[in-house]
Amino acid sequence: MTTTPSSDVQTTAAGSATFPLVLGLDTFGDLTHDKDDHPLSHAQTIRNVVEEGVLADQVGVDFFGIGEHHTDDFPMPAGDVVLGAIAARTTRIRLGSAVTVLSSDDPVRVFQRYSTLNAVSGGRAEVVLGRGSSIDSFPLFGYDLSDYEILFEEKAQLFAELLKGGPVTWQGTIRAPLRDQDVVPHTESGPFPAWIGVGGSPQSVVRAARHGYSLMLAIIGGSPARFAPFSQLFQQALEKFGRAPLPVGVHSPGHVAATDEQAREEFWPRYLEVIRNVSKTRGFAVPTKQSFLREIGPHGALYVGSPETVAQKIAANLATLGANRFDLKYAMGGLPHETLMTNIELYGTQVIPRVRELMA
Amino acid sequence: MSDSALPRIAVLGAGHVGPVIARVSVEAGYPVTISASGDPERIALITRILVPGAEPRWAADAVADADLVVLAIPLHKFATFDPALVAGKLVVDTMNYWPPTDGVQAMFEDRRYGSSEIVQRRLAQSTIVKSFNHTGYHELEEERRPVGAPDRRALGVAGDDAAAVDLVAEVVERIGYDAVRLSGLSQGRLFEPGGPVFGASLRRDDFERAVSVEAA
Ligand SMILES: NC(=O)c1ccc[n+]([C@@H]2O[C@H](COP(=O)([O-])OP(=O)(O)OC[C@H]3O[C@@H](n4cnc5c(N)ncnc54)[C@H](OP(=O)(O)O)[C@@H]3O)[C@@H](O)[C@H]2O)c1
Repeated sequence: MTTTPSSDVQTTAAGSATFPLVLGLDTFGDLTHDKDDHPLSHAQTIRNVVEEGVLADQVGVDFFGIGEHHTDDFPMPAGDVVLGAIAARTTRIRLGSAVTVLSSDDPVRVFQRYSTLNAVSGGRAEVVLGRGSSIDSFPLFGYDLSDYEILFEEKAQLFAELLKGGPVTWQGTIRAPLRDQDVVPHTESGPFPAWIGVGGSPQSVVRAARHGYSLMLAIIGGSPARFAPFSQLFQQALEKFGRAPLPVGVHSPGHVAATDEQAREEFWPRYLEVIRNVSKTRGFAVPTKQSFLREIGPHGALYVGSPETVAQKIAANLATLGANRFDLKYAMGGLPHETLMTNIELYGTQVIPRVRELMA
Repeated sequence: MSDSALPRIAVLGAGHVGPVIARVSVEAGYPVTISASGDPERIALITRILVPGAEPRWAADAVADADLVVLAIPLHKFATFDPALVAGKLVVDTMNYWPPTDGVQAMFEDRRYGSSEIVQRRLAQSTIVKSFNHTGYHELEEERRPVGAPDRRALGVAGDDAAAVDLVAEVVERIGYDAVRLSGLSQGRLFEPGGPVFGASLRRDDFERAVSVEAA
């Protein structure tokens, strides 16, 4: 599977494109705890993520993604290094970011790192680019949040140029120009898959289409169905820009355990704690048990439950959203590594086959 | 679908928030336009798919014809927003100042004033009313309820000009929320991030209690 997504397109009788179903896992390197609920070191958390990626490969997960974060509770600023370690121990699973905060990175470096990962992994690299909803990287690298829009727009444009391969000529306001610049390493078989992660801004959907990125919808709260018009907007925008159809994916948080009750009880206290912390830096309200139950129900954004519950919800939402890919963001700060390993195993051995069956 | 007797609403901003406010306003029967910072052609597709019934227009044209302007642009863009564009207009300020996500904005660092008071001082020729800022953009659509529904949620409306507050409260009510009016734009600080109602889904009595406890 070293093809780009667009080369896998099949056209249905209705004339709309279909892409193969992809079921993946994402993590932000959430700080894990030991069995006595003491936080592990950053280093141990990172080594655990390597083990989690290797297990994901063994149990049949299609994709493993690592999201960039720079905080004590998400010590994961260099996920591509971790992906390289996973690549060395696996042969099948695709590996990528979830997301790379492109706004505060250099597109040339991002291209180089992921095309190196692509080399190391034998063509299994992908990248999901984001504007960065967790903006801790801006002050860290000396970027001004007031430049949020222009940074992402120009860098997304430059990255699209780099992906084409061949010498790049580019000029903008946010970095030095490039003139006929050869950027290495070259990819072996065309561009690797590249996505833009979108939280809720229709202008970002149109941007993804304009530059020819696939669309990853990050749905972390509220009704997933409200994103359905976004896939429609994406496909129509691609058409308007004269591009072929591209895949649409969904990234949402969740947790799988043997039973619904066990999944809820493991997840809820951790979720409450994590969101309470995030609320402090974002100013919004802390979830209540009632709002949580709504989010894990059929009309909410969280996938928490037994394999059957989670599979049913994934299949239903992929159909509603016209999407062909689902990445479950597993791990919630404080959950022990062992619990995460069980989650991954259940996802690979039970949820994925069941979703395939439901969507066949 | 729109009712020509109702005030005309110009939404400025086609990002996360603008299209949602435009859509619920269209569904409440208002004539609605939507504008970004440039050519309406750039948001034509977004409008057609996400806000059917609204008209994409250049901001200046839309504002000139509007009875009510909804300002839904990022706060860090406000410093370069031209006050003359909305002179003489009723402007609903939906913006929040939250330095961890907006970056430090010198203009809004004067802690004697709420962010909407600072907006009012800069848009001196306009009448500012603060509302909608304290609810998540995705909730604004999902949590609408008809009048009298037991779980109908409240939204706050604060301003110095009573007639302007009434007009905005009427819009809030028609969209599907109980409007809780606070007299004085300075009271709008209660709706800000970290305040008692920010991000909270409250019915009218709980909302009134939350703001009055804090104001006391
Ligand atoms: N996140 C929430 O749930 C929430 C809830 C309530 C209120 N708010 C507040 O709502 C405001 C908007 O946030 P957002 O997330 O929607 O921002 P956003 O996604 O970044 O979108 C901003 C929009 O404003 C437009 N714009 C910028 N300058 C403009 C100008 N001078 N005239 C007309 N349009 C202009 C942009 O158009 P161009 O691309 O053409 O420049 C873009 O469409 C913020 O102040 C935020 O604090 C957020």
